[in-house]
Amino acid sequence: MYFNSRGEKVSRARWKEMYNAFQNRQELIKAGLTSRRDLLRMGLLTSTGMLVAKSGLSSWGGGDCRYGSSGCGTCASPVTTPWTLPMPIPPVKQAIPVSSLTGPAPSVNPNTTVNPATGLPYEGRTRANQAPALGFPFPAGVVYQVTQQQAQINVSNDLPLQNLWTFDGSSPGPTYVAHYGTPIMVRNINNLPSNNGGFGLNSVSTHLHNGHTPSESDGFPCDFFAAGQYYDQYYPNALAGFNSTHIATNGDINESLSMLWYHDHRENFTSQNVYKGLLGFYLLFNQYDTGDETTGFRLPSFPNYDIPMAFADRCFDPSTGVMAFDTFNTDGILGDKFMVNGVIQPVLHVSPRRYRFRWLNTGPSRFLQVYVTDLTSPSTPQPFYQVSNDGNLLPLPVQVPAVALGVAERADVVIDFSQYAGKTLYLENRLNQTNGQGGPSGSVVSGGQGFLMLRIVVDGPVVADNSVNPATLPAYYALPSVSGSPSVSRSFNFDQTRDGQWQINGKLFDCNTVRFKIKQNSLEEWTFNGGFGWSHPIHVHLEEFQITQGAPGLYGSSSDDNNDYSRWGNQYCWSGCSGSSTGVNLARKDVVRLIPSGNVKVRMRFRDWLGRYPMHCHNVIHEDHAMMLRFDVATTGDTNSNP
Amino acid sequence: MINRSRRQLLTGLALLPFAGSVMGSPDEHPAPRHSFAPPDSGREVMRKRFFPNVPLVTHEGTHVRFYDDLLKDKLVVLNLMYADCTTLCPMITANLLAAQKILDRRVRQDVFFYSLTIKPREDTPEKLREYAARHHVRAKWLFLTGQPEDLEELRLRLGYADPNPVKDRKDKALHSGMLRYGNEPLSQWSSIQGSANPEWIAEEITYVVPATGLRHTAGKAPG
Repeated sequence: MYFNSRGEKVSRARWKEMYNAFQNRQELIKAGLTSRRDLLRMGLLTSTGMLVAKSGLSSWGGGDCRYGSSGCGTCASPVTTPWTLPMPIPPVKQAIPVSSLTGPAPSVNPNTTVNPATGLPYEGRTRANQAPALGFPFPAGVVYQVTQQQAQINVSNDLPLQNLWTFDGSSPGPTYVAHYGTPIMVRNINNLPSNNGGFGLNSVSTHLHNGHTPSESDGFPCDFFAAGQYYDQYYPNALAGFNSTHIATNGDINESLSMLWYHDHRENFTSQNVYKGLLGFYLLFNQYDTGDETTGFRLPSFPNYDIPMAFADRCFDPSTGVMAFDTFNTDGILGDKFMVNGVIQPVLHVSPRRYRFRWLNTGPSRFLQVYVTDLTSPSTPQPFYQVSNDGNLLPLPVQVPAVALGVAERADVVIDFSQYAGKTLYLENRLNQTNGQGGPSGSVVSGGQGFLMLRIVVDGPVVADNSVNPATLPAYYALPSVSGSPSVSRSFNFDQTRDGQWQINGKLFDCNTVRFKIKQNSLEEWTFNGGFGWSHPIHVHLEEFQITQGAPGLYGSSSDDNNDYSRWGNQYCWSGCSGSSTGVNLARKDVVRLIPSGNVKVRMRFRDWLGRYPMHCHNVIHEDHAMMLRFDVATTGDTNSNP
Repeated sequence: MINRSRRQLLTGLALLPFAGSVMGSPDEHPAPRHSFAPPDSGREVMRKRFFPNVPLVTHEGTHVRFYDDLLKDKLVVLNLMYADCTTLCPMITANLLAAQKILDRRVRQDVFFYSLTIKPREDTPEKLREYAARHHVRAKWLFLTGQPEDLEELRLRLGYADPNPVKDRKDKALHSGMLRYGNEPLSQWSSIQGSANPEWIAEEITYVVPATGLRHTAGKAPG
C-alpha cells in the first residue's frame, strides 16, 4: 500500500511516478542538462518553450510539492504509512538540587577556568548574569540540567531509526513548565558528537524564543559553545516592565507570556541544527493562566488537556530512509513529510471535551495554514477559538476557521471535541506553497486536499470539563499601550541581491557589527518592508511588538473552499493588508509574516535588560545566510532610521 | 456506513488518474524498514549527493578530479566566477584574498580555495592563469575549468542553479554571491555571503575548523 504525504492511498504506479520524478531530476542534474537545446533534444521541451508536462520535470517550474515529486528540490521521501504511531508528548523537565549539577557550581560570572579534560573553558558564556544585580536569587531556586546529545529516534515505523540531535534524548526535548515569579537556571551541556551524519555543527546556542531574557542567557546566535562545554542560562521569568515601566507592580501583568519554545540559534548553522532536532517547549504560567481549569482564566488543564504541538516538514533520502538536509539551498527548504512532535503523521486520541492545543511551526521554511478537517465532510468549515497569538493570550478569544503560521509563529487554540464525539478529525495544512523559494502563493486548497498532519480520534472517555467555554468571550489580558510619539522610527528592508545574498537594508549580518543602539525603555516604531516575490517571518528578540499597520491575515479569499472568509471578519486578508489590526492581530507578537512587497509597522519598548540581541527572518535558511542584524539595548540610544 | 464508504470510493475513483492501479495493485504491504540501503557516513552523504568526481583543469594546467584531488580530507572554500566578470567576481576575489591572509594567521591547517568558472568555453586555463595573476592570487587557490558539462554539473550540484529553468538559463550567476565552505572529513558545510567583509568571511570559515586546528584558541571568544 502506498501513500502520499497527505496520508492518501496512492497507486503503486503513482508512487513510482513520484519516485521517478526524483530520479529524473537527479539524471538531469547529472547530465548537466539545463539548456533549451538539451531539453529540446531530449524531447522535454515543446517548440513553444513549455516544459513537457511530465511530472519528472515539474520540479523545475511551479511544481506541486504536495506529491513529493516536485517543487521540493530533491525531495522525494520514501513512502510511509500514516496514523500508525501515537503523537508523542514531550516529558516535563524535572528540577534537580543545585548540588547535583555536573561540573563546577554555577557562578554569576562565566566560569572561564579551563577544563583539563577538554582544554576548553568549562563554560561557554562570555558575560556575567544581569539578574542577580537586580535582586534575583543566585543560584536560582529552581535548577535544571539538560544535555544536548545524539539519540536514535523513531519518526515512522516505515523508516530506519534516525540519528537526531536532542535535548535529553528526545526531540522535541523536555518541556519546561515555568511560573512567573520563580526564576530558573538551566545548565545546558553540549555533548553532541562531531560525527554529524552529513549535516549539523556540534557547536550550539540555545535561544528561548519569546523570552524576556537577559542578553547573556537569550541564546544570541554568536554565544555558541562547543561540545564538552556547558552554558548556564538564567531565566528570570519576570514580567516585562519590572525594572522600568511597572516597578511598583513588579512588571506589567498584561505582558504575561504563555507559550515559548527553545531552539538552537547557532550562527550560520541554525537551520541544520534545528532540522536535526534541537528544539522544545517552554510553558510559562501565572496566577491567571494557571494550568488548572478550576482557577484563573480556567483554560483547559495542563498536561492532560493542554497539549503543545510542534509542526515540521522534512525530507528523507529515498534509498537510505535517512533524514536529508538540502545543504546548499540558500533560498528555502520544503519537506514532503509532515511531523507533529517529531513523528510523521501521528495519531492523538482525545476525550469529547475542550482542549487547549499550543501550535508551533518549527519550519525550516514552510508557511502553514492549519484547519480542522472532517474528511466525511471536508468542505464544511470546522471553526474553533484562537486564544493566543505567538506566546501571548489575546485580549479575548477569537473564533477562526484556521490559523496561519509562519516559521516560529505560535497559536494556542481551544477546540471543543464534545461536538465531535466518536469522530475522526485531522489537522490539515491547506496552504499552497510550491517550493522553498518565495513563499506561499496566497491561495489555499479545498478541505481534504491539503497535507493531513495529525489524526485526532475523539474516542476517549467522557470526562468532566471545568474549563471556560471560549464562546462566552472571557477577557484575558488587555493590550499594553503603545500610543504616543515613538522616540525613534526605523525602517528595515528585507531583500535578496541579484546574486543570491540575503540582506536587511542592503547589509549583511555579522556578530560584531552593532547596527543600531536602542535607548532602554523608549518607544520604538519599526517598519518592515518586504522585497518583491518573497515572504519572510520576521522575529525580534527580547520584547514583543504590537502590529499597528499591515498585519497579515489568513491566506485565501472569500471564494475559497466555501469558507467565505468575509464572515470571519475583515482581518482575514492575504494582500494589501494596510489597515490597522483587528481580530487575532490585536495582539502582542514576536514574529510577523511579511508578505511580498509587504509593509508592516510595529511598536515596542525594550525594557529591563541590556545588551546584544538579534532581529532576523525566521525562515532559518535566510537567517543563517545573513538576513539578520544585531542591535544593542543600552542606556543611551541612537536615532538611526535606516540602520 | 456502507453507502457512505461506497460513495467515498466512487468519488475517489473519479479523482484518481491511476484508480485502476489502486484496485489492481498486488502490493498491499507497507515498505519494511530493512528494504533501505544501509546509512552512509556523513561525508559519503555529502559526496554522493553534492560532489561528483568530475575531471577539471586548473589555471596551472594540472588535470585533477573534483572530489579525490580537491575536496577529500581538506578544509575548502568554493565559489563560482568567470574571467571576464567585472563586478561581483573581482570583489569576491578580493574579499577571499584578504580572508585567506587572515586564515593563514589563524588556522594551522591549510584552507584550499577553489573558483569554478561558469564559462568554461571561454575560460581556458591560460585565461584563468591571467585572471589569477591579475588579482595576485597566491598558493592554495585554484581556478578551475574543464568540459562544459562537468562544470555545469558542479554548478547544479553545489546549489547554484535556480529551480526555475527559465530564470536559470537567463542568468547562471543568480546565486553566485554565495560561497560554500566546509570541512570534508567532518561533513560540516555551510555558505557565506561573498560580499561580507573579509574578517567575517574568515571568521565563519573557522566554524568548521576544530579547536585544535586554530592557532589562538584561548583568545577566540565567541561573540
